[in-house]
Amino acid sequence: MTRYLHLSAFMAALLFATAAGAVEPRSGYDFLPPEFQAMQDDPFENPGMFTVDLGRELFNAPGDDGTSCATCHGADGEQLRPARIARYPVFSPKLNGPVTLQKQIDLCREERMNEFPLTYDDPSLVALETFVRHRARGEPVKVDVSGPMQPYYKEGERLFRTRIGQLQMACSHCHEQYTGAMLRDQLLNQAQTNAFPTHRLLTQDISSLHRKLRDCFATLRAMPFQPGSEEYINLEVYMNARGNGLPIETPGIRR
Amino acid sequence: MDARLGPVLCASLLAAAPACADDYLPWRVTDFAIEEPLGGLRGDAARGRELVIARDKGNCLACHHLPIPEQPSHGTIGPPLTGVGARLSAGQLRLRVVDEKQLNPATIMPAFYLHPEVLYRPRPDAATTILTAQEVEDVVTYLVTLK
Repeated sequence: MTRYLHLSAFMAALLFATAAGAVEPRSGYDFLPPEFQAMQDDPFENPGMFTVDLGRELFNAPGDDGTSCATCHGADGEQLRPARIARYPVFSPKLNGPVTLQKQIDLCREERMNEFPLTYDDPSLVALETFVRHRARGEPVKVDVSGPMQPYYKEGERLFRTRIGQLQMACSHCHEQYTGAMLRDQLLNQAQTNAFPTHRLLTQDISSLHRKLRDCFATLRAMPFQPGSEEYINLEVYMNARGNGLPIETPGIRR
Repeated sequence: MDARLGPVLCASLLAAAPACADDYLPWRVTDFAIEEPLGGLRGDAARGRELVIARDKGNCLACHHLPIPEQPSHGTIGPPLTGVGARLSAGQLRLRVVDEKQLNPATIMPAFYLHPEVLYRPRPDAATTILTAQEVEDVVTYLVTLK
């Protein structure tokens, strides 16, 4: 009897999950072969750590006014709170829109250090983002999309489910419907963002999330949006939030 | 199912490049099939076999298992196509290659001969059908041989 109760509870949960379109988030780490998992886990083997080190240097590099990020946040960023890092993107009442972690770093440079803003995905910003997010390694992603972030989340989800390019596929086709299936020699994962910025094995360097999105658009023979565009920021809001609960792994190793 | 007629032909039937909006050939669905070969073209099975392997063309192996043992990795997204020529007619296969979404609107499978005007944000050099009409016929002719 108990067995049947368990079974029906499981079936109900399964039905609910299907109806809501909700899938248990699984990190791309779970889809990696063991040798790449080991590479990610070992800070001396993980090539992404070069970017973390570069980010730490920039974090400590004084600007024209003699201050650096480290002036407020500590030489190793020890004043940064992992729980706050895990909340990005957050809503900014001042900008009346979502602010990504990378954008927040640039705003901080501009407002507190009187620096000129950099172009989105400038290598210095990506390195700083990698360093800062690495500070929160292991912290569960926790993006709040209940309030003013809701429309951006919805818009991101709409794009995630929109067929794009000559190949007429949406992100959701590969990374939701067919997670776990083989695309020729590639195992399809859930396209989770918890390991970004990641070291990519194909390009042998660090990749921000927006750069990866551009590569995905190119694969589908679609016109990409620009890094830092509204579209990619909305996608980041949606994709980060759909991975709520996954531990931050920056810098991850991904194909 | 309602019959569907593509836009009117306005350029060469034998265009070597994939069709853009101007030289897109019409096709008609009857009884879940496209009975007439596109442009009345004749397919070549050997060429079709090359196209299903080619990553920049059919790339059918990305998703389907096929009886092509010399290729190492076959996808597991779509159904295996071994024996598909015994299960489906040439007309039924043609509809699936031209536009599987006519049968399953939610499918992941791209329409290999879709009118380029309905694409969303295609790269400028990819604002065409994926395959030419001739290549569609080549692939269909190859699939028919998989008995």
